[in-house]
Amino acid sequence: MIEVNNLSKKFGNREALAGVNFTVGSGTIYGYLGPNGAGKTTTIRILTGLTRRDGGTVQLNGFDIEREPIKCKAQFGLVPQHTNLDAELTVEENLLIHGRLHHMAKADIIHRTAEILDYIDMEDRRKVLAKTLSGGMKRRLLIGRALMHTPSILFMDEPTVGLDPAIRRRIWGFIKKIQNDGATIFLTTHYIEEAEFLADKVAFLDKGRIVAEDSPAGLMAAIGEWAVDFLEENRLQTVYFNSRDEARNYVLDQTNGCTVRRVNLEDAFISMTGRKIS
Amino acid sequence: MIRGWSAVYLREVIILKRRIAKLIPAWSVSPLLYLIAFAYAVGQQPNFDGHGHTYPQFLLPGLAAMASMTQAFAIAQEINIARFYWHIFDEFQAAPISNPAYVLGEVLAGMTRAFMAGCVILILGALFGVVLSYNLHFWIAFFLNSFAFASLAVGLAMHVKSHADQALLNNFIITPMAFLGGTFFPLSKLPIWGQRVLEILPLTHASKAIRAAAFKEPSHASDYILLAVVGCVCFLFAIISVNQAKS
Repeated sequence: MIEVNNLSKKFGNREALAGVNFTVGSGTIYGYLGPNGAGKTTTIRILTGLTRRDGGTVQLNGFDIEREPIKCKAQFGLVPQHTNLDAELTVEENLLIHGRLHHMAKADIIHRTAEILDYIDMEDRRKVLAKTLSGGMKRRLLIGRALMHTPSILFMDEPTVGLDPAIRRRIWGFIKKIQNDGATIFLTTHYIEEAEFLADKVAFLDKGRIVAEDSPAGLMAAIGEWAVDFLEENRLQTVYFNSRDEARNYVLDQTNGCTVRRVNLEDAFISMTGRKIS
Repeated sequence: MIRGWSAVYLREVIILKRRIAKLIPAWSVSPLLYLIAFAYAVGQQPNFDGHGHTYPQFLLPGLAAMASMTQAFAIAQEINIARFYWHIFDEFQAAPISNPAYVLGEVLAGMTRAFMAGCVILILGALFGVVLSYNLHFWIAFFLNSFAFASLAVGLAMHVKSHADQALLNNFIITPMAFLGGTFFPLSKLPIWGQRVLEILPLTHASKAIRAAAFKEPSHASDYILLAVVGCVCFLFAIISVNQAKS
């Protein structure tokens, strides 16, 4: 379980986080959605003890990250936004060092390495240097490394950024699998479809503040189920409706070309903040 | 409190092992040049230091002392590559290990590099016919010096913002000390005020202690104590610096 109360952080005069509150229940995927610079990575860095907070509290499974950092860090695995694999080590050496950092016994490391390589489907890459892996394989290894010590909480900072759609879908499969194995997942992303597909609960973060928090369906339902997009004075406008019939009737009255589609999380974000996510 | 240091150390050792075929020739170049250019081409007089030693015999312990400093300090470069290029520092910081454990792992890695480079110098010396006494005192002074400079390197690595900054540190700290710390010439040849100034440098005391041990001459306990104190202060500085590295 993750409990965050009134979390704040400033960089100089810029307020990166301004009193953020949320709770992530055990075994759920919590999507933390916002545009670049909204404060997503700052939140995850504070939650994992990489950056100091200015105010508020952070508890992971009941342990405070600044007062009991060692106990707290044993609770989670971290998949960072930027690949931080040890490029000069092989795939299995990356897992070995991670296991040693988490005080795993030698026999457990051997056993768990085999399990993880099977899990991320990289058994044949065991002896390969990490720097020679493809982007998708590096991401899979990052996830595998984060799971090496069987954490109950997994932080994932933009886990599929920069990956092609096919690999992204594959990573989503892994994330669902990890949740099914009982982990609590805190996921930051600016990919709408990623949050919609994966998250049980989503928070919209804008300018360091959570502006809405609900299930993806709940957030979308708040603005309607259907959207009509049309061009007005060369600007894309969107109108929301509760039923498809209402949307169709609206389109019939329009002279310009219109598109009728289902509402997505980005619509919910825009209607609440006036800003786009990506 | 220091649980987990072995993981940090093991990582550095694996990388060291992987690069060893390139590192040994690299470690050999400078001492080889010093031995050829200074020891053989310049000075072969039989009583260079007034204690009956030739210049190659005088130089070799100085080169060992210098290697114990430069190679231990080189761990800063490895840490910077890990921080700025590979972002591996975050992996250590997110792991359940304390900052002293991280520092200890890196310092021991620096000392291991220094030990290996020192051995290369002693082997080169033997090839040039210079074999001295590499006794317990020799290695104690060697390791105390490498402990001090590896600790200083870890601390400073947390403050530099780029590789260019690291190069500046080498220019302003390591290079002057390498040439003025009693490596290439006896300090007794300098005026008194110069000797007093250079006695501030830890390498001066390391050179004195290592040379005295290599020549089986009586050594000063004060040299060992000073190196140990400097080492402990630098180790503490490194721990504080790692703490401050969190933004």
